Amino acid sequence: MTTISQPDATMPGVSTPAKSRDARRVRGLSDRAIAWLFVAPTIALLLAINIFPLIWMIRLSFTNLNLSMSYLPLRFVGLDNFRDILTDEDVWFRLQTTAQFVISSVVLQVVVGFGLALLINRQFRGHSFWTTIILLPMMLSPAVVGNFWTLLLQPQIGPFNYLISLFTGVPPSSFSMTGQVSLAPWTIVLVDTWMWAPYVMLICLAGLRSIPDYIYEAAEVDRASAWRQFWSITLPMTVPFLMLAVLFRAIENFKMFDMVNLLTSGGPGSTTELVSISLKRAAFEKWRTGYSSALAIILFVTVFGAANIYVKTLNKVKQR
Amino acid sequence: MRTLGWLRSTAASAVVAVAALGVLGGGQAAAQGKQLTLCWAAWDPANALVELGKDFTKQSGIEMKYEFVPWTSYADRFLNELNSHGKLCDLIIGDSQWIGGAAENKWYVKLNDFFDKEKISMDDFVPATVVGYSQWPKNTPNYWALPAMADAVGWTYRKDWFSRPEIQSAFKAKYGRDLAPPKTYDELKQIAEFFQGREIDGKKVYGAYIFTERGSEGITMGVTNVLYNYGFAYDNPKKPYQMQGIVNSADAAKGLEFYKELYKCCTAPGMTNAYMQEGLDAFKSGQVAMQMNWFAFFPGLYKDPNVGGDKIGFFVNPAGPKGHFTQLGGQGISVVATSDHKDDALAYIKWFAQPAVQQKWWQIGGYSALKAVVDAPDFPKSAAFAPQFLESMGIVKDFWAEPSYAQLLLDMQKRVHDYVVADKGTAQQALDLLVKDWTKVFKEQGKEVASQ
Repeated sequence: MTTISQPDATMPGVSTPAKSRDARRVRGLSDRAIAWLFVAPTIALLLAINIFPLIWMIRLSFTNLNLSMSYLPLRFVGLDNFRDILTDEDVWFRLQTTAQFVISSVVLQVVVGFGLALLINRQFRGHSFWTTIILLPMMLSPAVVGNFWTLLLQPQIGPFNYLISLFTGVPPSSFSMTGQVSLAPWTIVLVDTWMWAPYVMLICLAGLRSIPDYIYEAAEVDRASAWRQFWSITLPMTVPFLMLAVLFRAIENFKMFDMVNLLTSGGPGSTTELVSISLKRAAFEKWRTGYSSALAIILFVTVFGAANIYVKTLNKVKQR
Repeated sequence: MRTLGWLRSTAASAVVAVAALGVLGGGQAAAQGKQLTLCWAAWDPANALVELGKDFTKQSGIEMKYEFVPWTSYADRFLNELNSHGKLCDLIIGDSQWIGGAAENKWYVKLNDFFDKEKISMDDFVPATVVGYSQWPKNTPNYWALPAMADAVGWTYRKDWFSRPEIQSAFKAKYGRDLAPPKTYDELKQIAEFFQGREIDGKKVYGAYIFTERGSEGITMGVTNVLYNYGFAYDNPKKPYQMQGIVNSADAAKGLEFYKELYKCCTAPGMTNAYMQEGLDAFKSGQVAMQMNWFAFFPGLYKDPNVGGDKIGFFVNPAGPKGHFTQLGGQGISVVATSDHKDDALAYIKWFAQPAVQQKWWQIGGYSALKAVVDAPDFPKSAAFAPQFLESMGIVKDFWAEPSYAQLLLDMQKRVHDYVVADKGTAQQALDLLVKDWTKVFKEQGKEVASQ
């Protein structure tokens, strides 16, 4: 057994706190200075790679800068870029497309994720194995997922169409999941759900495991049915976790770029062109730096505002 | 202790030996020393260029390093590099449409003085390639690149299928004419319809492969082959940048409608976002009767064991009711202004411009733009696709090469894809919106855009 002895301040050879402070002062550095010394590199890095680019971007959003025509004089254009964006029908259409994608995919992921969590929460044979299998998709890179699903969804050789054909009798090469206007938006929702429902499952599972057993035991004593237990205990007690999952997935999906870019490139036409794809095209293909900086700021403010409102609601739910 | 002593002396010897090797190696490297990095797209001709470059290294002692990027990210990657004044590339084979931006932004070294000094004359190159790849402003003697890789859109077809008696007689019975490579787009559509869904050797085949890619430049590089021949032009030749009634003329709208009809009637399922590679795959797998693609790929296709040789034929982009043109591809080679090895890079261009090197370039899979090579009497017989290539280079038209070309291109990608693939609106509406987009871009660029 190990015992920890407190040093006696009066013992000879052991310095008192006052003495120790004096010693440090003698060496020239106070506690506060040492703390700053340790924190300074992180702050400097944060300023250099987060704050400075943000301030620079805000500055650029008020200019006409276009990097493919950097020989043109840089002009201050006031709020012109913001006005152009907010009065552009295409931008509103892209925001609408993004909102539809975010809502559909998050709803589906929560339903599937919560369902999976309820299943995995029970003990059964091969429990660990199935948990690992279910978690696999979220461990893959979105680029891998994009390419992998592109192949699966290929109308002529992809197994997905053959599977649909097996159940519906529709010829496999008569439809294209990524190439048809009516199917492409649902395809990206489907692939995103396949990839991220396990993540929602993990969060929900944490919620389910945090519910004390005695509550269920009390419900059993009161002869509450399984449905009643779910409705009155399980669901209310996992709601904060579900809301957290919704927050994380909504923010992530609002920024979704890589997977959609690989699956559809925003097509057919502009059917699946999310606002992040528009932003990338404006910034790094059209080189409209001023315009794209303004668009990025608008998106940032939108997500930040929505997330803040949501977090406040989440806190209220938790307090209840 | 003896063991330790031995270890010490061995280690000391090893250190001395390694140091000596390092000095020797360093000395050798310093003797050879020089290295150039050449940036281009990752495709068949790039492999031929690597082969060709070995001769340059042998002659000059300058090592060649290559940075090849897939076509889908080629423009993004290298325009980013040029924009940020990077030093990755000493030499760049940049797309024809970049020339305006590269000249105005001074990304490339102007080559006039160098050409004068080295007696390299642009009159020795095919005129369309000089205008397309080297000059900015167009049709002025200001040169920013040496034509490096001549290219245009052409077509391949399954010669073996076309020559089968049962297929020939079925075609003649249906259309009252012999089945032969099409000369017009109407003929092409008939042939494509004929093959669409037909069973050949127990396999269902499709009529034609055309470009539909959305992300980079695909559908634009495809549709322009039809649009030009239906009367589309970029602007009024007498009033630069006047696009109203030219870009969106009734004839141009008919051309766009035709491209959509061709896409709907006669392409394989799922070709909603397909460009060069998808076309090659479709043709090589025996899926399509005719394929639109760049001439650059034809040497490789001709060598293909399954569909090459006697099985493949080539034809020039068919004519339309209002003309006969094809889309220019290809690139010029330029020296990057931020390179630390400009003199070596210029030495490479000097070497590359030599007729013997250009001849070898053509022989090993590149496409020379040097008149001495392509106008040689035996050139049409030098490859199965050489006559079509020669004819195509005489009828090429290119997309805008303005500094704002990327914006103009992406606007066209969107409007055309929206109409052709996503069934959004009419052809006329798509072109009207395109005029609106392009007018905005040119105005931002400070150009005077006349509405009529």
